Amino acid sequence: MKKLVTALLLLAGYACAETPSVIAIRNAKIVTVSGPVIAKGTVVIRNGLIESVGENVAVPAEAMVVDGEGMTVYPGLIDALSTIGIPGAAPAAATATAGRGGGRNQTQAAPTGTPAVASAPQARSNGPEDRPQTTSWLLAADEIQPTDRRIETIRGAGVTTAVTFPTRGIFGGQGAVIDLITADKSGQMVVESPVGQYIALARGGFGGGGFGGGFPSSLMGMIAYVHQVYLDAEHYKLVKEAYAKNPRGMERPQYDRALEGVLDSKRILLPANRLVEIDRMIRFIAELKQPAILYGMREAYRPEAGDLLKKAGLPVLVSLHWPTPPTGPDVHLEDESMRQLQTYDLAPTAPALLQKAGVKFALYSDGVETPRDLQRAVKRAMDAGLTRDQALRALTLSAAEIYGVADRLGSIEKGKIGNLVVTRGEIFDANTKIEMIVVDGKKYTPAPDTTGGRGAATDTPGGNQ
Amino acid sequence: MRKLLVAALATLAPVWAQTIVIRNATIMTVTHGTVKGSIVVKDGKIAEVGDKVMEPGGATIIDAGGQYVIPGIIDCHSHIAGDGGINEGSVSVSSMVDIRDIVNPEDFSIYRALAGGVTTANILHGSANSIGGQTVVLKMRWGKDATGMIFEGAKPGIKFALGENVKRSGNPQGGRGATTPAVQARYPATRMGVEDVIREAFTEAKAYKAEWDDYNAKVARGEHLIPPRKDLKLEPLKEVLEGTRYVHCHSYRSDEILMLIRVADEFGFKIRTFQHVLEGYKVGKEIAAHGAGGSTFSDWWDYKVEAADAIPYNAALMTKEGVVVSVNSDDAELMRHLNTEAAKSMRYGGASETEALAMVTLNPAKQLGIDNRVGSIDVGKDADLVIYDKYPLSDYAKVQKVLIDGTVYFDRDKEVSGLAAKAAEKQKLVDKLKQQQTQGGRGGRGGRGQ
Repeated sequence: MKKLVTALLLLAGYACAETPSVIAIRNAKIVTVSGPVIAKGTVVIRNGLIESVGENVAVPAEAMVVDGEGMTVYPGLIDALSTIGIPGAAPAAATATAGRGGGRNQTQAAPTGTPAVASAPQARSNGPEDRPQTTSWLLAADEIQPTDRRIETIRGAGVTTAVTFPTRGIFGGQGAVIDLITADKSGQMVVESPVGQYIALARGGFGGGGFGGGFPSSLMGMIAYVHQVYLDAEHYKLVKEAYAKNPRGMERPQYDRALEGVLDSKRILLPANRLVEIDRMIRFIAELKQPAILYGMREAYRPEAGDLLKKAGLPVLVSLHWPTPPTGPDVHLEDESMRQLQTYDLAPTAPALLQKAGVKFALYSDGVETPRDLQRAVKRAMDAGLTRDQALRALTLSAAEIYGVADRLGSIEKGKIGNLVVTRGEIFDANTKIEMIVVDGKKYTPAPDTTGGRGAATDTPGGNQ
Repeated sequence: MRKLLVAALATLAPVWAQTIVIRNATIMTVTHGTVKGSIVVKDGKIAEVGDKVMEPGGATIIDAGGQYVIPGIIDCHSHIAGDGGINEGSVSVSSMVDIRDIVNPEDFSIYRALAGGVTTANILHGSANSIGGQTVVLKMRWGKDATGMIFEGAKPGIKFALGENVKRSGNPQGGRGATTPAVQARYPATRMGVEDVIREAFTEAKAYKAEWDDYNAKVARGEHLIPPRKDLKLEPLKEVLEGTRYVHCHSYRSDEILMLIRVADEFGFKIRTFQHVLEGYKVGKEIAAHGAGGSTFSDWWDYKVEAADAIPYNAALMTKEGVVVSVNSDDAELMRHLNTEAAKSMRYGGASETEALAMVTLNPAKQLGIDNRVGSIDVGKDADLVIYDKYPLSDYAKVQKVLIDGTVYFDRDKEVSGLAAKAAEKQKLVDKLKQQQTQGGRGGRGGRGQ
């Protein structure tokens, strides 16, 4: 309760206190990402947009002026794959467990003590026609809860924008690019929607799959299902178009919301961690003939991965949740496979290798959301060969390009959305302090105990657990 | 260099395979007896076999003095090399799933099978459904990617299954007593039901085929039409009806074997192989008349009620009735010594040495329709060869080298001599990670730990 009150007070404070319509940051080093670094210059933001940036930019009289002496201004970071703002999507959500229980014992009443949200037991799926584990029509933009505390947590790390997705089931739904402002209405946050369909090929969640015993229960079943859905969508489109042209005398095509959702998706996101999976998904995408992004990339450190991806011309999202060896008295690393050990050792080298191979990539938080953890995770990729500029680009402009929003986001350019991170020290360094974050022209100060500095981190990943 | 290697491998054998001569060997050809002499391998193929051969200049010589060479072993029933489960057991007809989609070329069982002399394996879907998933034939080309493992040109198959696994005899029908969620009630629950599921599926497939045939005919006449919906479940069954996909059917009892033959005859398709087929010796004539093969265990029986009538003479007896018989593993461990599994038919049923060896080489090749490529040591066939130190149909024989397409994929000497270096490399990495853990302490995590 006390926490809640504090949170509300903080929210109120942010929402009311700092919303000048014009902000000017002057005498700061400006890393634009799209162009050369401005050693000492000014950025002016008006009504949420970057009005001007440069060495000799006049500061408007009405501006709230920030003296950036000794500070560096970067574009706001973009978390290229996230569940921020999606209700119940936080790691290990209770609803997922309820869903599984419901799937297992359909004849019994739903477990008590759990709110009956969105986990109505599905009928046992008997094939692709039942569209199992599918909510392809779901729009992240419709689901966002501006009260999600993770918004504030990750914003403290300099993340001003997230590409957020409904992720339950096989076809989770369609993502949205959202700006992480403190908003009353979720609509204020949405920059672009929809931006792609999230597909997972793992069991779990959603009261079905392997747990409920319905179709599909194996990886090959999931692949076959996704394949069938795209064949169906193609056919559905043909029939609908013919019907629209001339409905007279033609049997009415049956409305299928799963296929509607799929057809609305500009691109698909498919999981690929192991090299075998990267190869498999590249071939699968060629079969599906859909624009696609691969996410995960745990084994992208293997030299073949970069070549394969480059050849396929696919953009990828690399998880910042680096695999780490388990600890504890019962852990015997000797018993793990050489491949697993290599993965612990080399996973953070993936971004540098992808960069070298010429693969378009962005980084995503994958639950690593506190400022301290996020900074460390990025730093590990840098220690493994990624330059700071490359890391920054992977968390800004590259992400924006992959989702087709680089005309608005990802760099400090005139006319783009006013999203900035202002630091003292170079971004992603352990001792760097994030002074200020600007999202949509609104100024935020990170909570003192969650800055990227050496201060005691709160270490509550996910924020709202 | 590594890139070059990958590129060379990707373009398939020719660039890579050298000319090899295996000298001084006892060569068990399977098709034309045992020869003492040499094998010349060129461009991945067997170029010459005999006591006197022309050794091409610059050839790599393998001296197999005192050793034996047999054709690469072919396992007609395996479940290795798959990711994420080999049973889509949720439905009675799971023909929409395809093992080809989940081939895992990094499954270590592949290398172990290779070290046991296996060069080709038929990777099957599990036996949980009357009509199971699509199957794929792989060569054990350890080190290649999934595409590189696939036996190019081998006709695809589909798994059928009859009896206890399908009707879930061992499992309660969901609800009361259900221990795992995977055993919820699912039709069929009887052998009659199994037959019905197959009939219904093929009735559906026939209608589907007719719809497509009609469409194709109209398009050929110049009509512009919306094509029918493509159904991944019915596509492979349509292929079975058209004869372009083999049916491999898990079966035990003679009555259900006869049932499936009747159903297949009625719908006009063929069963390529009966798998397990433990009561095959009772209906050998009927199986042979249908043109089906039998792929059985050597001496594994009584592990469930429907396996009670199995006898180790099965392979030999079916052979006498004119059935093409193979002995399979169905198991990653058994797969590593199929040579001795074959040998058991000599002890039980008096199969000849050649007959026994054929059960794990030429006969499975015939069953898979790849006997023009593999299965015996004949000029023109793929150089898939296994070198044993001793008489191969014996427990004492150890595999020395395995060649696939003329490339050495397993070399016992190299493997054994390299073990220490591999162990040291691993220990070095373990030490490094442990040191990082100690140094990093609590704060050493890069992001949240798992």
